[in-house]
Amino acid sequence: MRVETRRGTPAEARAALFFLAPGLFVIVFFFLLPIAASFLLSVTDFDLYALADPSNARVTGVSNYRALLSDPVFLTALKNTLVFVLLGSPLTVIVALSAALLVNARLARAKGFFRTTFFAPVVTTLVAVAVVFRYVYHPRFGLLNRGLTLIGLPAVDWLGDPRFALLAIVLLAVWKNFGFSTILFVAGLQGIPESLYEAARLDGAGGWQQFRRITLPLLAPTMLLVGLTRTIDYFQLFAEPYVMTSGGPLNSTLTMALLMYKEGFRFWNMGRGAAIAFVLFGVILVATLIQFRLQKGGET
Amino acid sequence: MRRGVKRLAAPFAVNALLVLGAALTLAPLVWMVSASVMPTGEASSFPPGFIPSRITFEHYRDLFQRLSLGRAFGSSLLLASSVTFCSVILNSMAGYAFAKLRFPGRERLFRLLLLGMVIPVQIAMLPLFLLMRSLGLVNTYLGVVLPSAAGIFGIFLVRQFARSIPDELLDAARVDGASEWLIYRRLVLPLLKPVLVTLGVFMFLGTWNDFLWPLVVLTDDTKYTLPVALANLVGEHAQDTELMMAGSVLTVLPVLLLFLGLQRAYIEGITAGGLKE
Amino acid sequence: MARGRGTLRRALSPGVLAVLLAAAACARGGPGRGAVRLWGLGREGEVVKELLPAFHERYPGINVEVQQIPWTAAHEKLLTAFVGESLPDVAQIGNTWLPEFRTLGALEDLGPRVARSSVIAPGSYFPGIWDTNLVEGVLCGVPWYVDTRVLFYRKDLLAAAGVAAPPRTWTEWHDALRRLKARAGPGRWAILLPTDEWAQPVILGLQNRASLLTADGGDAAFRSRAFREAATFYVDLFREGLAPAVANTQIANVYQQFAAGDFAMYITGPWNLGEFRRRLPASLKDAWATAPLPAAEGGEPGEPGGPGVSLAGGSSLVLFRSSKRSDDAWKLIEFLSEPAQQVRFYALAGDLPARRDAWRDPLLATDAAARAFEEQLENVAAPPRIPEWEQIAQKVAEHLEPAIRGVATVDEALEALDKDVSALLTKRRWVLAQKAAHAR
Repeated sequence: MRVETRRGTPAEARAALFFLAPGLFVIVFFFLLPIAASFLLSVTDFDLYALADPSNARVTGVSNYRALLSDPVFLTALKNTLVFVLLGSPLTVIVALSAALLVNARLARAKGFFRTTFFAPVVTTLVAVAVVFRYVYHPRFGLLNRGLTLIGLPAVDWLGDPRFALLAIVLLAVWKNFGFSTILFVAGLQGIPESLYEAARLDGAGGWQQFRRITLPLLAPTMLLVGLTRTIDYFQLFAEPYVMTSGGPLNSTLTMALLMYKEGFRFWNMGRGAAIAFVLFGVILVATLIQFRLQKGGET
Repeated sequence: MRRGVKRLAAPFAVNALLVLGAALTLAPLVWMVSASVMPTGEASSFPPGFIPSRITFEHYRDLFQRLSLGRAFGSSLLLASSVTFCSVILNSMAGYAFAKLRFPGRERLFRLLLLGMVIPVQIAMLPLFLLMRSLGLVNTYLGVVLPSAAGIFGIFLVRQFARSIPDELLDAARVDGASEWLIYRRLVLPLLKPVLVTLGVFMFLGTWNDFLWPLVVLTDDTKYTLPVALANLVGEHAQDTELMMAGSVLTVLPVLLLFLGLQRAYIEGITAGGLKE
Repeated sequence: MARGRGTLRRALSPGVLAVLLAAAACARGGPGRGAVRLWGLGREGEVVKELLPAFHERYPGINVEVQQIPWTAAHEKLLTAFVGESLPDVAQIGNTWLPEFRTLGALEDLGPRVARSSVIAPGSYFPGIWDTNLVEGVLCGVPWYVDTRVLFYRKDLLAAAGVAAPPRTWTEWHDALRRLKARAGPGRWAILLPTDEWAQPVILGLQNRASLLTADGGDAAFRSRAFREAATFYVDLFREGLAPAVANTQIANVYQQFAAGDFAMYITGPWNLGEFRRRLPASLKDAWATAPLPAAEGGEPGEPGGPGVSLAGGSSLVLFRSSKRSDDAWKLIEFLSEPAQQVRFYALAGDLPARRDAWRDPLLATDAAARAFEEQLENVAAPPRIPEWEQIAQKVAEHLEPAIRGVATVDEALEALDKDVSALLTKRRWVLAQKAAHAR
């Protein structure tokens, strides 16, 4: 961060207030305040009875959180969300990096076209895509199984088999999101000076060595950015399971965000729903910190 | 991967992989379009076909006439435009202030705000809904627009970009007696144009594709946005594959076109903003 | 409208923005002020629009706006609308949800209106169905159409398997299923029982006279002998390979598969009378039929339910307390409850009339497939009428699924279900205790 070289005038400070006020008002009033309220909700048992008669709401302290910890459905949702992030994040990074390396390669043609193609899924509406993939994943009529059987692999009941449903959603998420990260990686790759590779080649280093010694380390900041954004995003997985599987089969695609929605809006157990949301927040915070430390610490 | 030795196989391999990657990426979208013009029942026939036996637009007709998806299209358009309009203004003002206006506590406030980017938006949803209720904004477009009228990410994007505006330019204008607002309008905004385009496209895309909040806030089906209307459709017409695909095409096409038209500016904006730390 | 182009956007004056936002804010008023708003769920929401021209002829001054909501989102839409104070005037509500909305105080007590009405009289309705609309003695809704579950089956496949008549008891049923499966072979089944549907296991429980919950609905009773027998019978159908362990989301097209003979029996409701006729190929027109559910042979005498019962389901029309046009809305409800309209509705939607006199109409009297429903409707029982039932019902299906897939035993599944539901009912027990304390 740059250090200010000159101090501002009072007029500037007043202007800053004016410039910041509308935006900050919206953020405080429609984002931060509800978050605080959510925390308050999470320590009550506000539910349908309370909706009928507010005196039916009791302050219950941490009992919502305690109940969650012993609730098998919540633990399943937590597990599913973690698995999704642990599978999806690295997979997206690998696919995005590979695509970026290909697009950026000297020998590649029509770079603009391929870059646009890879980005196309990112701008598509998630609900629309989830609907399409519901049919792509169909055990008999779906594209994916057709492709698999063509190359001799067995057909899979992607959305119906509890073992594969989450994987199906991971694949969808990777498909949808890798383009964004690809763009970031391409920009990062282009920031690496060609002279470094020249020098390495003169020293006799092969392709793989160049990749390991030059590309990866210099790409580290981009990796960090991509990794963090993917992680934060994937923890909030909601629309895909909502549209495609409703959290099933056997709750294998039930995520924390989906569970929160069900508890809060379908059954109006708002106290519980808020508690789930906060646990999700806590998990994201911890995961982000861990990832930050790991990736930053790796670059020494 | 860069190779020192030029081989005929190398360019072929790279480009073949690219073509394969593009094919895999585009396959679901191509099928979506193809299925949307297939006659009823063909998309879920076995063996599954890729190319329609004949092209029919009956499903699109159905969507517009019987299922009023045109109205949902209009809703999405209105909401996306309104949010884009508001957020570009509000976010650019705040972003500029964080970048170029000097006031005590500026950096600390900004860092605090950044922390907020980690918070999942769903936490706020339940109380936000209750807040909207007390404001009488449930089932209104305003209720959908207001929470997105400004956002931490937008402010962050503008601030990163605005930092590159030379201080000397601004100070010279101040010495000339121009007010801060005049400086912002006449001097800064034109310079911010690239990031504003990026922000605009980003907010338009985001609002157009937004699902959960409109789902919760809008109870009138006359106000449904396209994603909500589409999800509604799945609830009742899951058996009608071709109809669902037509609905998806209708939802996806506008933003795809918007992106294709503005992709250069959009991508440049992301990479410029994303990589500066 | 400007789209993402900075300069164009800046060209729009703030005035235009103000007008836009004001218009949007006022959009809540919506078109057609003074119209009666009706929410229809699922296909009924689509179909009811066709009955309205006749209503408008009779009452030209009353406009009706219909909004159609899919069943999958209906529950949350209704609750959200209640909280957001944007409920319609009249709505179709599944009768298992009536207790919930009564607890919320959302529904108007229709007793006085019915007493004054010349169209609606309790005696003209199936008693089991009318009962479901009485929550704590208050009439919360008027039954609109009835839903119960009966057996749909392929006559031809049953005959080919050597079974002359549809089964009347669980034993006969089990036997028939085994024969059907033997004939169908691998990759096909005897009966389709979607694992995410709670109706089937609950019906079987009710048939076996299981009470499901304690008398005041304060605690779970899924480990009773009666329910365990029923659950075991149900799970065994899957274990023996007679039914596929699939949920509704995995069935692409149930009609195509029924036509193909992938399964020969299906427990479902009246809407499928119309759907089967529409979607099955013409060659199979006479190949299927309906029959009342086979009766259990066990259970505790004196408990609710009884052999051969099915669910007293269906939808009611309710009037919301928040409605500003309740008199007009009531006229709409009366209109839809007239025998002639009930018959018309049946003709359009395939939903069976809740009024017995509507069944005299030749349309229904001569319909062989509908006759099974009439028979069944005289023998229906309702699940416990408490607000939490919706959640509990889902848990029944959820907890039985592991047992179905062989991941848990029936006992384990029932124990988990019991614990889960008991925890769910904690608040209810507290509320009941409060009420009892205040009453003293």
